[in-house]
Amino acid sequence: MNGLLGALLFILLAPLLGGLVAGVDRILTARMQGRVGPPLLQPFYDVGKLFEKENVVVTTAQNFYVLAYLAFIVVSGALFFAGGDLLLVIFAFTLAHVFLVLGAYSVHSPYSHIGAERELIQIMAYEPMIILAAVGLYMVTGSFFTGEIAASTVPVILYLPGVFLGFLTVLTIKLRKSPFDISTSHHAHQEIVKGITTEFSGATLGQIEIAHWYENIFLLGFIYLFFGFNPVLGIAAIAITYFAEIFLDNTTARLRWQAALQSGWAAAAILGILNLAIIGYIMGGA
Amino acid sequence: METLLFLILFPAVIAVGMLLANQKKVRFAMVTAAAVVIAAASVLLLAVYGMQDLILFAIPSEPVSRILVIIELGLAAYIAYLGLRFRNYLAIALIAVQTALIVAFEFLYAGDLHPVNNLFIDQFSVIMALIIGIIGSLIAVYALRYMETYHTEHPEVRNRQRFFFFVIFLFIAAMFGLVFSNNLQWIFFFWEVTTISSFLLIGYSETDEATRNAFRALTMNLLGGIAFAAALIYLAAVDPAGRILELDQLLASGEAIALIPAVLIGFAGITKAALMPFSTWLLGAMVAPTPVSALLHSSTMVKAGVYILVRFAPVYAGTLAGVSIAMVGAVTFLVASAIAISQSDAKSVLAYSTVANLGLIAACAGVGTPMLVWAAILLIIFHAISKSLLFLSVGTVEQRIHSRDIEDMEGLIVRMPKMAVMMFIGIAGMFLAPFGMLISKWAAIEGFVQAPYGLAFVAILAYGGAVTVFFWAKWMGKLVTVARYRTVVEDGFRQERWVPLYTLTTLVAATVLLFPLISSTLIEPYVFSIYGTTARLSQANIAIMALMLFLLLILPISFLLFRKSAKHLPPYMSGRTTTPDMQFLGSMGVAREMTTRNYYLTAYFGEKRLLPVGTALCTGLVLASWLLAGVAA
Repeated sequence: MNGLLGALLFILLAPLLGGLVAGVDRILTARMQGRVGPPLLQPFYDVGKLFEKENVVVTTAQNFYVLAYLAFIVVSGALFFAGGDLLLVIFAFTLAHVFLVLGAYSVHSPYSHIGAERELIQIMAYEPMIILAAVGLYMVTGSFFTGEIAASTVPVILYLPGVFLGFLTVLTIKLRKSPFDISTSHHAHQEIVKGITTEFSGATLGQIEIAHWYENIFLLGFIYLFFGFNPVLGIAAIAITYFAEIFLDNTTARLRWQAALQSGWAAAAILGILNLAIIGYIMGGA
Repeated sequence: METLLFLILFPAVIAVGMLLANQKKVRFAMVTAAAVVIAAASVLLLAVYGMQDLILFAIPSEPVSRILVIIELGLAAYIAYLGLRFRNYLAIALIAVQTALIVAFEFLYAGDLHPVNNLFIDQFSVIMALIIGIIGSLIAVYALRYMETYHTEHPEVRNRQRFFFFVIFLFIAAMFGLVFSNNLQWIFFFWEVTTISSFLLIGYSETDEATRNAFRALTMNLLGGIAFAAALIYLAAVDPAGRILELDQLLASGEAIALIPAVLIGFAGITKAALMPFSTWLLGAMVAPTPVSALLHSSTMVKAGVYILVRFAPVYAGTLAGVSIAMVGAVTFLVASAIAISQSDAKSVLAYSTVANLGLIAACAGVGTPMLVWAAILLIIFHAISKSLLFLSVGTVEQRIHSRDIEDMEGLIVRMPKMAVMMFIGIAGMFLAPFGMLISKWAAIEGFVQAPYGLAFVAILAYGGAVTVFFWAKWMGKLVTVARYRTVVEDGFRQERWVPLYTLTTLVAATVLLFPLISSTLIEPYVFSIYGTTARLSQANIAIMALMLFLLLILPISFLLFRKSAKHLPPYMSGRTTTPDMQFLGSMGVAREMTTRNYYLTAYFGEKRLLPVGTALCTGLVLASWLLAGVAA
């Protein structure tokens, strides 16, 4: 029952919250760049406008893949907030992104094609670390279920500092922040036109934007799992982390895909595996 | 017991019949009828024995064993003859060693050995029989039309279709024998028959390359056969009465006795399952006609290798030798998955993916906890279904577009929509939630987390899984690209080809819904009978996955929403003028066509770079497993 409520709240509130976060993001970014920035609600205006645009496609199929992407992002987030199995959440999350990639492939366009492949490279870069994070949470709390992990009284972060740092590294990839925003960027014609989203417009692009809001709330929720023992600290950690990501976004230049892959894999190998090996040793010995 | 004997003998009889069937009509009728009968008999087997635990059948080992040895010697002579004819002296040397071992075994021990329960059936064997009986038969039916087309397209290849189907059915018979035999001597016999069958099938086209690759497969598998024969001698020396030659007795005899033969036979399993350092034989087997690849990769040959490893999992459990074997599998999984990224030949991607998944199964078997054995059996089932579908799809596409390069499969969704959808489902079955292979990988992660030395395996799985997503998804992407102005080239295939494809596609989806049932009626009782405890995924997760499948099934309905109204525009080309078929004016006034090509990242994941690493690591690990088994004993 509790789980159902969590899922329902996520489905209803995450877009609102995600849009607000995006609004705050844009204001903070503007301030860091010495600009005033848009109103807080600007992301909602933008998406609202997208839905009023003319329905233009390269191929009809692309709409289907984007809808599937949105649907499975919602499923994975809802499952996460319903207290579901973290591994299943991650797999559903991967499925969602594969749909987005297929949408970009389905249009026979050079720019979205490159974006699609870069998105796949990003998936390949972040997935080991996310799996290891889930395994680490299991090793410390004894459960793969997010409900039980969040309710655990163990100060998880103290056991998994390396895993947490590794997770932050791949979080930059997931939030589409510099230096790892290689598959698409917030503004067109920065590097490879607009990468994976080049050929999407109007309501379809609006759906991608909403999916991204859902996704961000889910990812911020993931941070909370490391701080479940102290909710106040958890909320603070989320705020600080997100601020740090915005700061990083504005102070670094975009790197090549090789760097994204190497960073993601190195984070998993050095921060993730080492951390897990140490707690495995300690807990095995105790 | 009659069903067991029928399943072993009937395909063998059909095989001989195939040699005699000199008319196309007769061959078609015989293969189709035999396929239906074999599939039906394996389902009957499920109905009769599916609900029961291990049943042993005491049938006299003599004179059957004597006859089997005589056939073995005959086969050895045949191999030696072929070795002489093609000047492959390594094969001759290996078959000589193996024959010497068999003869020694016969003269020194065989007279006193009296194994009693020579055949058996349990849930695991039922599962294997279903895979062999249903998927193997479907492939045989598919092969009918495929081989017809193959010979029209390759007039230079001698038309030996009678021989081809003879070997196919022999292969199926041997596989049934292998999974029903409780007497290790008999298992060894069928083991050797599968080695020779695959050798003959790989070399079918008689080109230099085919012959070379066939001999490579033969020599590597003979190496495994020698280890198997050595295990038989060891067992006969330990227990002169020969009861320990019975698989169930050996598994129950404890680590002290069973570990050394388990590692030796496990080595044979490693060669047969094409784990590194022996992966090259399976890659080389691609030269064979595609139905052969489908058969080798899904229901026969390599599955025999992992079958024996999973059988011995309880012996490996908790031993360092077992961990070492598991590591061979895990390293193979990671390295083969990574190499698959760099391959653009569809069959080569499929082959590396097979090697990778067999590695994962071996990793589960080597560590051998209940949860992992459960995961390993699930992997065997799901892999067989998805991989056979994929090979048959690639074969069909190849005969129409005359290429099996993934780059040439661009826009298949327009050109061959039905094939593209089936291939798409097959690929989804290999790596996406909520389909089969992902369920098993997930179970493997959960299993390794709780196992000793599990962290190393979890880490390898995390990386290997990510790599897997990359190479499958980019293939899927190529399929779904809607390139304009392509003509449909799908029509004109006959029913014999479509029926196996449709059936396998349905199975891929159906197993998502049925796997809880397969698990609770077959896999869990088997695991329970060995370990006294069992494993499964939680009910909640199963329900959620069913929900996900449902969502996937209804999402295509949304196409109805998009069908009307949308305005079509050409893709963005930076404002460059393009014609509707995506030609644009390049430099010097030359018209160029816009093309896209996938990443293969050869500099990072190339075969040349990674294969030596995998080979070296796995060779070391294989040697370590022997050493550790020796120390433990």
